[in-house]
Amino acid sequence: MDEINSLMHGFSVALTLPNVGFMLVGLLLGVLIGVLPGLGGANGVAILLPLTFSMNPTSAIIMLSCIYWGALFGGAITSILFNIPGEPWSVATTFDGFPLAQQGRAAEALTAAFTSSFVGALFAVLAITFLAPLLAKFALEFGPPEFFAVQMLTFCSFIGMSKEPPMKTLAAMMFGFALAAVGMDTVTGQLRMTFGFTEMLKGFDFLIAVIGLFGIGEILTTMEEGLAFKGKSAKINFRVVLNTWKELLQYWRTFIRSVLIGCWMGITPGGATPASFMSYGMARRAAKDKESFGRGNIEGVVAPETAAHAAGTSALLPMLTLGIPGSPTAAVLLGGLLIWGLQPGPLLFVEQKDFVWGLIASMYLGNIVGLIVVLTTVPWWAAILRIPFPVIAPVIIFICAIGAYTVHSSIFDVVMMLVFGVFGYLFKKLRYPLAPLVLALVLGDMAESSFRQSMLLSQGGLGIFVSNWLVGSLMALSIFLLLLPMWGALKAMFRRREARAYLS
Amino acid sequence: MKLTKIAVAIGAAAALFAAPAAQAWEPTKPVEFVVPAGTGGGADQMARFLQGVIAKHKLMAQPLVVVNKSGGAGAEGFLEVKGSANNPHKIIITLSNLYTTPLATGVPFNWRDLTPVSMLALDEFVLWVNADSPYKTAKDYLAAIKAAPDNKFKMAGTGSKQEDHIITVMLQKAAGKKITYIPFKGGGDVAVQLVGKHVDSTVNNPIEAEAHWRGGKLRPLCVMDPKPLPYTAKVTDKLSWADIPTCKSAGIDAEYVMLRGIFMPPGAAPDQVAYYVDLFKKVRELPEWKEFMAKGAFNQSFMTGKEYTDWVAKNEALHVGLMKDAGFIAK
Repeated sequence: MDEINSLMHGFSVALTLPNVGFMLVGLLLGVLIGVLPGLGGANGVAILLPLTFSMNPTSAIIMLSCIYWGALFGGAITSILFNIPGEPWSVATTFDGFPLAQQGRAAEALTAAFTSSFVGALFAVLAITFLAPLLAKFALEFGPPEFFAVQMLTFCSFIGMSKEPPMKTLAAMMFGFALAAVGMDTVTGQLRMTFGFTEMLKGFDFLIAVIGLFGIGEILTTMEEGLAFKGKSAKINFRVVLNTWKELLQYWRTFIRSVLIGCWMGITPGGATPASFMSYGMARRAAKDKESFGRGNIEGVVAPETAAHAAGTSALLPMLTLGIPGSPTAAVLLGGLLIWGLQPGPLLFVEQKDFVWGLIASMYLGNIVGLIVVLTTVPWWAAILRIPFPVIAPVIIFICAIGAYTVHSSIFDVVMMLVFGVFGYLFKKLRYPLAPLVLALVLGDMAESSFRQSMLLSQGGLGIFVSNWLVGSLMALSIFLLLLPMWGALKAMFRRREARAYLS
Repeated sequence: MKLTKIAVAIGAAAALFAAPAAQAWEPTKPVEFVVPAGTGGGADQMARFLQGVIAKHKLMAQPLVVVNKSGGAGAEGFLEVKGSANNPHKIIITLSNLYTTPLATGVPFNWRDLTPVSMLALDEFVLWVNADSPYKTAKDYLAAIKAAPDNKFKMAGTGSKQEDHIITVMLQKAAGKKITYIPFKGGGDVAVQLVGKHVDSTVNNPIEAEAHWRGGKLRPLCVMDPKPLPYTAKVTDKLSWADIPTCKSAGIDAEYVMLRGIFMPPGAAPDQVAYYVDLFKKVRELPEWKEFMAKGAFNQSFMTGKEYTDWVAKNEALHVGLMKDAGFIAK
């Protein structure tokens, strides 16, 4: 009951008029930041952080965390409307969100995305409120082998995802790994595959690749196919929201699964991006009509969005209790805590009650207010698709270019974005899947370091991956997921052979 | 019309106000503050803190904008500043990668390419173990490493062939045994790996591990500064930063501090350098700065001009020696 009392106290802190004002400002800014690809929650918070030094820490963190919620909400908008993921964790949302928009169901997809985000966040905040001390300890169990096991699990849950031939999937994934390997190798401190070009030092940033591959690639394809958005007949009507809600109720299983994956990945801290991919993969595996995934299945929007938001929210828990950020944005907020004179760590909950519970209360309020704000804007966002393509396309390209530039303030990145755009177009024409490439680019780097750190720890012994119950069960689960589709294929093969034998 | 008149009036007033320093150079557009490291790390925190207090106390007429250029262990940031000759609207904050990155990777860059402005502070390094471990003093720990076979003890640190790795090599020398070094991306991750007992020790900066020390999870064994730290305010119930003995006194010949200094692009004029020196002198007088220094238990040395250049040259020579011994220099 202690938590309830503290939470009520928190609400009294968060519900003061200036704090509600900061909340609204933060949310609106956040949605805008989320919509602009490349700017991203981390950059947005970093830019605004110095402005908050003269504010009191509670108001400051309320505003900044609301920017974070807003960006989480906003990231879905461009993914669904234009196939441009504004944030890494909205990549999985494009898989089904964009086909839905093309079918004229953009408003439904947006409503599903926002609602899922809200549900994910709400359950994550509940977890933070009541299980904080317990969950914080769990995060400490994670060393390099455990991290590698989690990344392995993400890859394995994605196996068999693509409808394209396995060799094409493999080729795309290897290309992603190769791109991820460019730049500094953190384990040896050496530069790799830069071929003496100083521009290559920083490697290929995920966001630039994604903006190019998805955004520019999509525009090139649309230009070829006749300068029109397919989704322009979108229904623009507020009743869509209510109808979609009704439809969403039947996906309660997906919601629960995604919330669990999300909370777990946020706390460990695996992060929102692997959470969204893993959740999408799991949803597809669990679904009866696997074929409809990737062609506009609402469930394919629900799963990644719920998990991403649950992970993004619970990522704040290890930051507050241990001082390890679960996401880049949390890392910037962490810097903020130090500057406001608050030391994150096990004592924050004891020493700064007002601050911590004010923040937690603002998570509840921020998400409720955020949901209302974004839902009311659904018809407007959907209406963008009615603007003629020749008008909106240059605007999108312009926004993409700004986005690519913002990541490192470098013109070279804008050129890279265009190159990736051509790649995206070629991939589409040659029917190579983009998702494995992107997954490898995001997780390749992390998986590689965790694996090599584990190898250093064990002096080269693979036994470290079964050395305790946690890593052992994670590895067992990933191998099970890896073999599952093969088992299915094997069974189908035998059945066919039997049938053939029977026929002859 | 009215607006222009007001603007002219304000301009005139400003000119009058600035009259005593009429000759002095001042930024005429926003100043870019390059951080050759990722968001959230020690250098980034300091840069954003400076940006915040400078804005709060209106110490600059133009905004100071922090830009992270962390690619290639900071080479991206240093090369950018090197390539911006004669641009006085760009400054960079350093960490030890000022020397270690070019030495380890062969990236064509040396601090002599830049214009030194001033030292802000020196960051300290402390040898930490988990509070549940049996090692109460640095001597105990060293003896345990000596008694065990090679690679038995594991040290987590930030980056590879950078400051934490160099210190690990110093410890190895002192113990005469190999220590397994495991690189992580940031100091916060490193501290948590030690709290979770995945490694045996770290050499975190004070600010990275302070919360865990206060929370009773970590134990400091010794500090790499030749002198004990000056901060006597209690951090835990019994101990303050000043109570941590030096590593030297425990028989570990490891001394290391990290430069947090400011540089400008090549070809900066003396009055431009003087402007920034003056700016950071003003910052040092602020109570917020003093509080920040105490929190991170920084060594508050401040140097400019020739003194600073000489210090950097000596520090570079030290790194060349250390890295040569460790076999970290790129061939």
